[in-house]
Amino acid sequence: MDWGFILSQTLTQAIAPIAIVYCLAAIGLNVHFGYTGLLNFGQAAFLAMGAYGLAVSVTRFNLPWWLGIIVGLVLTVILALLLGIPTLRLRADYLAIVTIAAAEIVRLFARSVTFRETLGGSDGINGFSTSFFSSLNPFNRQQPYTFGPIHFANGDVLFMFLIGWALIAIASLVVWLAMRSPWGRVIKGIREDEDAVRSLGKNVYSYKMQALVFGGVLGCLGGFVFALANASVQPDNYASDLTYFAWLIMILGGAARVGGPILGAMIFWGLLTLVVETLKNATASAIIPESILRTDQVGQIQFMLVGLGLMLLMIFRPQGILGDKKELALDARR
Amino acid sequence: MRRRVIALLLGVLGLVALTLGAGAAPAQAASGASVAGVLVNDGAPVPNVAITVSATGFTQTVKSGPDGVWKVELPKSGSYKVSLDETTLPPGVVLSDPSKNNLSVLAFGGLPATVQFRFGSGTVATESFLDKFLQLFANGILFGLVIALAGVGLSLIYGTTGLTNFAHGELITLGALTTYFFDVVLEWNFFASVVLSLLCCAVLGYVQDKILWKPLRRRGTGLIAMLVVSIGLGVFLRYVFLFIFGGGTRQFRSFNGQEGIAIGPVDVTAKNLIGAAVAVLLLCITAWWLMKTRLGKASRAVSDNPALASSSGIDVERVINVVWILGATLAAFSGILLAMSQGANWAMGFSILLLVFAGATLGGFGTAFGALVGSLVVGIIIELSTLFIPPELKNVGALVVLIVILLIRPQGILGRRERVG
Repeated sequence: MDWGFILSQTLTQAIAPIAIVYCLAAIGLNVHFGYTGLLNFGQAAFLAMGAYGLAVSVTRFNLPWWLGIIVGLVLTVILALLLGIPTLRLRADYLAIVTIAAAEIVRLFARSVTFRETLGGSDGINGFSTSFFSSLNPFNRQQPYTFGPIHFANGDVLFMFLIGWALIAIASLVVWLAMRSPWGRVIKGIREDEDAVRSLGKNVYSYKMQALVFGGVLGCLGGFVFALANASVQPDNYASDLTYFAWLIMILGGAARVGGPILGAMIFWGLLTLVVETLKNATASAIIPESILRTDQVGQIQFMLVGLGLMLLMIFRPQGILGDKKELALDARR
Repeated sequence: MRRRVIALLLGVLGLVALTLGAGAAPAQAASGASVAGVLVNDGAPVPNVAITVSATGFTQTVKSGPDGVWKVELPKSGSYKVSLDETTLPPGVVLSDPSKNNLSVLAFGGLPATVQFRFGSGTVATESFLDKFLQLFANGILFGLVIALAGVGLSLIYGTTGLTNFAHGELITLGALTTYFFDVVLEWNFFASVVLSLLCCAVLGYVQDKILWKPLRRRGTGLIAMLVVSIGLGVFLRYVFLFIFGGGTRQFRSFNGQEGIAIGPVDVTAKNLIGAAVAVLLLCITAWWLMKTRLGKASRAVSDNPALASSSGIDVERVINVVWILGATLAAFSGILLAMSQGANWAMGFSILLLVFAGATLGGFGTAFGALVGSLVVGIIIELSTLFIPPELKNVGALVVLIVILLIRPQGILGRRERVG
């Protein structure tokens, strides 16, 4: 067992671009679910909009990267509006079904053979990140960077890491400011009692729509980071698993808390890496015999833990680490 | 409470491991996608003709059987080229249009993609639009029944408990996988396997309600929290299935690759016909149970108003428990039916769960009969949509229909207006 490697991996993954992606997705979900009470189970679709918007406009239409970012943001807003119009007037669980369906539609389209020319089919799209990194990245793009136990494979990863955490800081600040504004009080009021807010003369439908768009855009930022950090987009990266991970992160950290998604993402990826790397190491060095667990099955254990974690957290500690059970009165709502 | 939940998790894990443990035979990496066809010249089968199916990194040549049938299992979904070796054709048989030798085909999991080569001199008998329509309509009814079996249970559970059960797909998968275990691994009689598998799932439905959902209800856990719990349970069970069963798609031992029977222009296999008949029978029994028996009537009363039902002397918890058993059994049969036509795999339930939701929502969530009607409509829409859109996007069509219905008639076909919004 190489504990040094395992611990270094754990620390690196807890703050690596992948954690940033899920953190941004969870910040968006936090606006949807934590503050507004919207059951969005299609967060992956918003990330896909950002990632594909950027990748397609750069590779297929030869647009500069910043225009690709704008295209991604516009697509996200359009998707949020499309999702919101039929569902936000209905009972909460309809939004859950429709968002999960919409995310699946987006993924099926992205990986379809029919649209292979534009969307890249199941192989996805590569080669759109070069212009972004070569025009902006101040670090050496080939050289690995190591700071103590934390290791970045090259300058691009380090650069993405810095941009990602800056995005998280900005997103959190915006969410914090928004939620303590009068707008945020209405939003939280909708979460607690929609009818009461409506009786005060507020247009609940419009507020919910704004929240859906707002959270979607935050998730879309995660999509940009995901696409750029991997230097590719692949449709199956945007499957419903991404959404479930983001949910777990939000609930783990504490819904309706600005710091919740950040803490949740770091702990989640740290713990997950620790478990996965330990198991991998143990199977590779035959401490766990192959008849019980093969190395390629470790990934499946990871998903089981996510499912189990989501269940147990929701049953025993729905407020997560930072949350306030009184503020997030999950039990009182139907 | 805490101990019971942990006991449940261990119990579920144990049950699954027990029923499938030996099922972890070396996984053959099959995708469930296949391409097939029948070579017929003027009504007579054309045997021993070499057919090559190829794509980048994949080439396989097969010969048509004595009945003219050929089939190739594919490693993954995608676009394939199919060509026929004209030198292997028997004397006197030629392709009606030699330029139509290199055909390309899109293959996906599910029913095999079919490729037809036309023989003879110039007279090409194409399938008429009506024939195609009728064939797809029949497929649609069959698929609709698969969805309906799951949808009725989902809807009943929703009606009586308010739970939107995202782990319902895993009951579907479990039905198929337990049948696979009894039929293929233990090599028991197929019909006994089906009955045993239904029993297993009924027990799981009972156990799941007793040790997970009932304590949660008693504790006053909110419906949204329970919805999230069901999603977690679904993810957990799905990967337990993957862990034990492996990633491949596998066929049952019995009735594999059965020949179709022509009923007018419609081609159906006997197994699908009998499966559909049993499905209809099960649905009729459910309907009879709901309308005529005391417990069924009680379950409808609980759906209407649990508090009132409880105060008029109905044992609500017992009704809910029976509904869980019924829902799990119906879902299991749905899985068996689905696996008979497209093979069993670890994610099959999850992959049709959204369509089940679409069916249940279309009919009116919480109404058993609505779910039945809605599911049939969804099944038929999905199959018929392939007349106009590429088959790989047919599920997209159904999901779009779901969203449109929510816009126009959110309470569904048979739902009541005040239930929603």
